Amino acid sequence: MVRSPKCECAPVSMLNVDNLSVWFGNGRDRVDAVRNASFNVNRGASFGLVGESGSGKSTILRAVMGLTPNWSGAISVDTKPVDKTRQKSFYKVVQMVFQDPYASLHPRHSVDQVLGETLYLHGFRDIDARVVKLLDDVGLGGKFRFRYPHQLSGGQRQRVAIARALAPKPSILLLDEPTSALDVSVQAEILNLLTDLRTEHGLTYIMVSHDLSVVGHMCEQLAVMKDGEIVEIMEVETLRKAQASHPYSQELLAASI
Amino acid sequence: MTLLDVENLWVKFPSRQGVFDAVRGVSFTLGRERLGIVGESGSGKSMTGRAILRLIRPPGIVTADQISLEGDDLMLKSERQMRDVRGQRISMVMQDPKFSLNPVMTIGQQIIEAYRLHNKARKSEAYAKSLEMLEAVSIRDPERVMRAYPHEMSGGMGQRIMIAMMLIPNPEILIADEPTSALDVSVQRQVLSIIDKLVTDRGMGLIFISHDLNLVADFCDRVLIMYSGRIVEVCDADKLHDAQHPYTRGLLNSLPRLDAPCDKLQVLSRDPAWSEAPSVSARL
Ligand SMILES: Nc1ncnc2c1ncn2[C@@H]1O[C@H](COP(=O)(O)OP(=O)(O)OP(=O)(O)O)[C@@H](O)[C@H]1O
Ligand SMILES: Nc1ncnc2c1ncn2[C@@H]1O[C@H](COP(=O)(O)OP(=O)(O)OP(=O)(O)O)[C@@H](O)[C@H]1O
Ligand SMILES: [Mg+2]
Ligand SMILES: [Mg+2]
Repeated sequence: MVRSPKCECAPVSMLNVDNLSVWFGNGRDRVDAVRNASFNVNRGASFGLVGESGSGKSTILRAVMGLTPNWSGAISVDTKPVDKTRQKSFYKVVQMVFQDPYASLHPRHSVDQVLGETLYLHGFRDIDARVVKLLDDVGLGGKFRFRYPHQLSGGQRQRVAIARALAPKPSILLLDEPTSALDVSVQAEILNLLTDLRTEHGLTYIMVSHDLSVVGHMCEQLAVMKDGEIVEIMEVETLRKAQASHPYSQELLAASI
Repeated sequence: MTLLDVENLWVKFPSRQGVFDAVRGVSFTLGRERLGIVGESGSGKSMTGRAILRLIRPPGIVTADQISLEGDDLMLKSERQMRDVRGQRISMVMQDPKFSLNPVMTIGQQIIEAYRLHNKARKSEAYAKSLEMLEAVSIRDPERVMRAYPHEMSGGMGQRIMIAMMLIPNPEILIADEPTSALDVSVQRQVLSIIDKLVTDRGMGLIFISHDLNLVADFCDRVLIMYSGRIVEVCDADKLHDAQHPYTRGLLNSLPRLDAPCDKLQVLSRDPAWSEAPSVSARL
């Protein structure tokens, strides 16, 4: 169980999603991927999103990142509403680790290029030292620095993706199944790493996972999604005691134990 | 009955810094059973699966004393003969599902094409069959999905589509590389029960690569535990939780548990002796 870093001050909203709807396509191919979703995550907190495959979890994260063209509702980061088209400064605050570690790395860019270019884009100039530090942070080390994605295993690629997200030193990390492609020992290392980073830098996490024990370990609160809707928001304690109130959450819990 | 006999399998990647051995002398047999392969990231699970189908890209090299499919040594086959083996006799669900789908063709076109490659069927029949297969893997709105492109699918939908496609040829052996890693528990169960039926009803052999130890313990018959390109332990799946090797114990202890909250998860402390010990044979 991870407690949010102690803070004397009143909780500040870091991410607020209000009545968010996201849709794709039109006519008979219209998909209402997310319908009227609302939730709030305070600074330094960690919030889980769980639920059925295809229920809209990744879409919520992508909408926050400004990657879905059609949406309605309101999204604020650090109590300020986001611009329709996100500015570069937005991506210094919010970063995302994508679900698919294969598709999210450019096949012709070495690890060094991926990290180096991201750092450069965000205005850092002591790039060499930072690349080395980032690789160390995610437990890869220097021998992976000049490899290309096809020379890495699934788990190694995911660590590169996490390193890239950490490069601009963001305050909010959106993590889409960050460890589902990883074996359990690396999962433990990455989750511990995320825990440390959160305490050290006061990061805020929104984490999608289909593994309830991972969410139980990392988060204080979670939302359960089904068919585009948030059906329940609960405390992790409720999850541990298996006291969910919505029938779908109960079903999900029963299947996980 | 042995379907597949793999003896002394190596996968090597030569590079300027020397040769990197991704798989180092692995031996195992596969019968009409569910054989699990677990092990940490980079331990050589995927390379083992791909090497069986000779799908290692150059400069990678595969060597083996034999990889025999019902007495037929795959190592001796030409690339052309291997292509027949791949589609027909051994199917593989790759770890990167969306990568294996064609991005510029709709899901429907791809499934129908795969179906008609293996069955004499008119378009309308193939369409109906394809819908049926998508339903079987719990896709909610199969008609829309047939018209959609791979990038329009969620992670778990992509995985299920790949599984549906790999089952079309009715293979003798299915190699499934992390086939359910993106699925929530309830959909995961449905997908596993389909695969399970093929093993029990049709006698298919299954190699199930996964990092989910609980799942493998539940679902498989036997488990190989890999570390740094070798097999360090073999056990019956239902005895996985009593495994002896310190590496396997370490993996088991690193799982987060809902009933036992902790601040930090246990991580492995690796012992160099683990990678020096000879590979354990899993040939029956
Ligand atoms: N670019 C797109 N175009 C059309 N439909 C899309 C697109 N992206 C997502 N969808 C649809 O939106 C729905 C929600 O998808 P999403 O990826 O958010 O699901 P998810 O909850 O993350 O599922 P999983 O756990 O399987 O990853 C799905 O029906 C999907 O097909
Ligand atoms: N083309 C390549 N060149 C050099 N090394 C490679 C290449 N492809 C893979 N490797 C290495 O081979 C090792 C085994 O990779 P493999 O993909 O089999 O791991 P895995 O056990 O499937 O891991 P994961 O659970 O992360 O998918 C890894 O250390 C990887 O970095
Ligand atoms: Mg998703
Ligand atoms: Mg792999």
